[in-house]
Amino acid sequence: MFGETFLTTTVDTVLKWARKNSLYPMPFGTACCAIEFMSVVSSHYDLARFGAEVVRFSPRQADLLIVAGTVSCKMAPVLKTIYDQMAEPKWVIAMGVCASTGGFYDNYATVQGIDTIIPVDVYVAGCPPRPEAVLDAVIKIQEKIEKEQHAPLF
Amino acid sequence: MSETTCATAAEVGLLLANRFADAVTEGPGPVGDTCLYVTPEKIVDVVRVLRDEQRFDFLMDETCVDYPDREPRFEVIYNLYSLSTGVRVFLKVKADDSEPGVPSITPLYRAANWFEREIYDMFGVRFAGHPDLRRILLYESFKGHALRKDYDATLRQPLIGPADGPDHARRHG
Repeated sequence: MFGETFLTTTVDTVLKWARKNSLYPMPFGTACCAIEFMSVVSSHYDLARFGAEVVRFSPRQADLLIVAGTVSCKMAPVLKTIYDQMAEPKWVIAMGVCASTGGFYDNYATVQGIDTIIPVDVYVAGCPPRPEAVLDAVIKIQEKIEKEQHAPLF
Repeated sequence: MSETTCATAAEVGLLLANRFADAVTEGPGPVGDTCLYVTPEKIVDVVRVLRDEQRFDFLMDETCVDYPDREPRFEVIYNLYSLSTGVRVFLKVKADDSEPGVPSITPLYRAANWFEREIYDMFGVRFAGHPDLRRILLYESFKGHALRKDYDATLRQPLIGPADGPDHARRHG
């Protein structure tokens, strides 16, 4: 009697669909990778095509932390605090070799990969990575969200 | 004042060598710039003469080099420039890391404040009379001085987290 006006699904599926298509990135830009991130967001590469164009500069309003650039040891507690301030659920992209491993800054002042401080979901190689690589990382995050067994409600 | 201003760095060197006979000696000039060794006791007086009489109005840089085989092992280098005459002079002071250290020129040039803090941070050279001699780039808990030649290049002492290597801790899946 209702024809095709109903669509049945599960709460999990809807949540995951909504989350993966409305990521709010928070750029933690400390170096040249942040410049590359600007072009990812801008019209030519256009992160908006993947629903992640609403860049937030407050961790309270973001669920995707993009660490773009070298993180010094002195900056590490700041990065940890920003990560802790983000509301669950949240994901992290380490953009570029500096954020992933310290890169060629193998010295006394630089964090040897942000995964010594916070958990990382996707690492992006490159110095800096091409915008396509960053888009690919966002798509990888989306796939990861889609595959989550039990999407945490809050 | 301006009639006594030297037109070249060599003249400045001669003037200082005459005025401070025992305290100023000629140093190496690797790139052709005038470079003078000054004793720590006289560095403030020499810099004051340059600033007040020779119109060296710009402390471009103050830095340090570690020569571990020498005694004393450090050289503090002052890069003074005159915007009005275009003359540049390098001054060098031999120093070690003992108290009270090289007299600070922060009272003469406020720019020296952070330069001297950086030298203290990286080399451990102290500056007597500096208003606020703390580390400037690294953190208080950092042990040692990173730009000394005998600082272990592989040593890691991060503020938080393990020193090295990813632990790949994942919260999701």
